[in-house]
Amino acid sequence: MSLTRREFLQLLAVASAYGLDAGADEALAAGEAERFYDLSKAAGNVTLMHFTDCHAQLLPIHFREPDVNIGIGDAYGKPPHLVGEALLRHFRVSPKSRLAHAYTHIDFERAAGTFGKVGGFAHLAALVKRVRAQRPGALLLDGGDTWQGSGTALWTRAQDMIDASNLLGVEVMTGHWEFTYGAARVQEVVNKDLAGRIEFVAQNVKTADFGDPVFKAYVMREMNGVPVAIVGQAFPYTPIANPRHFVAEWTFGIQEENLQKTVNEARARGAHAVVLLSHNGMDVDIKLASRVTGIDAILGGHTHDAVPEPLLIRNAAGNTLVTNAGSNGKFLAVLELAVRSGAVRGFRYRLLPIFANLIEPDPDMAALIRKVREPFEAKLAERLAISETLLYRRGNFNGTFDQVILDALMTLKGAEIAFSPGFRWGTTVLPGQAITLEHVMDQTAITYPYVTVNELTGATIKSVLEDICDNLFNPDPYYQQGGDMVRVGGMQFTCDPTQKIGARISGMTLKGKLVEAGKTYKVASWAPVAEGASGEPVWDVVIRYLKERKVIRPPSVNRPRLIGVQGNPGAV
Amino acid sequence: MNKLRRNVLRLAGSAGALSAAAISGLIAGRHAWAANRNEAAFQAKAVADALKNLGAGNLVESRDIVITAPDIAENGAVVPVAVTSRIANTESIAILAEKNPFPLAASFDITPGADAYVSTRIKMGQTSDVRAIVKAGGKYFTAVKEVKVTIGGCG
Repeated sequence: MSLTRREFLQLLAVASAYGLDAGADEALAAGEAERFYDLSKAAGNVTLMHFTDCHAQLLPIHFREPDVNIGIGDAYGKPPHLVGEALLRHFRVSPKSRLAHAYTHIDFERAAGTFGKVGGFAHLAALVKRVRAQRPGALLLDGGDTWQGSGTALWTRAQDMIDASNLLGVEVMTGHWEFTYGAARVQEVVNKDLAGRIEFVAQNVKTADFGDPVFKAYVMREMNGVPVAIVGQAFPYTPIANPRHFVAEWTFGIQEENLQKTVNEARARGAHAVVLLSHNGMDVDIKLASRVTGIDAILGGHTHDAVPEPLLIRNAAGNTLVTNAGSNGKFLAVLELAVRSGAVRGFRYRLLPIFANLIEPDPDMAALIRKVREPFEAKLAERLAISETLLYRRGNFNGTFDQVILDALMTLKGAEIAFSPGFRWGTTVLPGQAITLEHVMDQTAITYPYVTVNELTGATIKSVLEDICDNLFNPDPYYQQGGDMVRVGGMQFTCDPTQKIGARISGMTLKGKLVEAGKTYKVASWAPVAEGASGEPVWDVVIRYLKERKVIRPPSVNRPRLIGVQGNPGAV
Repeated sequence: MNKLRRNVLRLAGSAGALSAAAISGLIAGRHAWAANRNEAAFQAKAVADALKNLGAGNLVESRDIVITAPDIAENGAVVPVAVTSRIANTESIAILAEKNPFPLAASFDITPGADAYVSTRIKMGQTSDVRAIVKAGGKYFTAVKEVKVTIGGCG
């Protein structure tokens, strides 16, 4: 598209005038709930609904947004690297409001009590129907990470989510964690379950031998007579961040050149609007938008950033809107495009939080969810311990739930140090709640859950930390993989995100003594990417630990000492 | 280990050259290629020595050389690297992985009038700059791209 900065800001202002009721501190009255999801006057002739990274959460949940999401280099102080009050100020969201609870970690326990759970597919389905009633023909796009993240998804090899997605009426999707069920399962689902219903698109997945496309690069859809191309971008670093052996014959990557070719082809075939359904992560999308031309909007995911407004990124031939729509089923994004004379002239974007107590669940979806959960319900409901504290994961460094996992690994595996991956999924448990087996699966349900115990030298530990830290804080987004820092138990260290690889990690100590480069240490970890790895599933270790403890008191969270980022608006 | 790696690197280089020859028919022939192989350059352990043996002094940075390689390698054992030279009269293209024990990974002679595009796979043990050296009109031009080799995990 080709919008001036001034036009862009005017459109944002108009959108916020039509925006969600942001002031309500307490639960809304019935009439107000109606208004909360009222889209009002159409802002265009093409409407795209977008959700992403729901991580198989079929039921409403709590999910605490990060209090640390540091931006380095050009990303300093800009969305998505704003947390807490800095985020509220930037997007003019009233503190203590319903929206403030949806977008930030602030005062999470109290606000979760006031506003209740979020997400859930029956509530999402009801909201999708409501948008379709107001915008007939609106398209529904799923950015991926839909098949993984819960016990039921793991145990049914994602069949629960595939059936729910079909019932929801998803039209186009792309993927990331989907691939961890293996290439054969993905192709089985795409060719059978999704055939004729959901298009799985990914311009950047090719066969490793001859570079043949594995999926369609894009699909054309028409809304109100406007041809719209939806191009797919799967997570470019799937074979690196997850075990490569699951997709041994496929190659991924960002593939800028092929993307440009795909966009040009879609335009040549008559697309009046081109949208990229992306699982790149927001920082990668921002860079991509500055380098590839002809994309009107990138609807993004992967980094789980709940960003209330799109960014406008300039490139050689115009500009591109870049969004990121949060995670865990908390949000449905609605992008309206005004397309006239073959080009996008305006837009309106809303990131609608799905508050379970404001939406009457869709009965058909609720019935499906009951059916798929029924065989597992008793197992999932098992109460393992009571938490006396808020348990969460999301954030650049250790969350409280990570700490419980690390403590379990060190205690039960007799290790002096533990590593737990910096995944961005995993639901939140409120103080006083029972930790159920379902909660443990929400934090651990992957197809390579093995716990391994290794003797590692201090030098190796340092290089592992440096390597992962560079995936997070490399100032060039194309080198970022979109996860958070590995969670470390037992060992203290100092981290300076502004340094280069090799110089970010220092001051490694264990029980007050410096970690020595040549000495070996016993390190427990889980989620090995190597082929043929084996071990006890991590959930069994955590379940055993919780049952032994019975009560989980606030753990001492082992975050690194941070230097170089004082005052960064991405940390509180 | 070093010998094995060198053989692998040689294979990587020769496979690339042969496939380019087979696909495009642009290279004079297997015998000519074998005769022209610059053993000293391929056996050099330091980038400077490899460049010296290639005869590539006075390198000029050029934006007309495009290196297509992943930002992060999916598999360090087979990293796809392609080089396009838009410099007129390109005579040869060499590819170096600077931190490899034997940095020169491949070298291609381009016959006059051919498209100066080559594509191969190289082995990389660690994160490194990948450098392309283009000889054109008797001068040497260069471009560089970093390819990261990581331990993986944590997505």
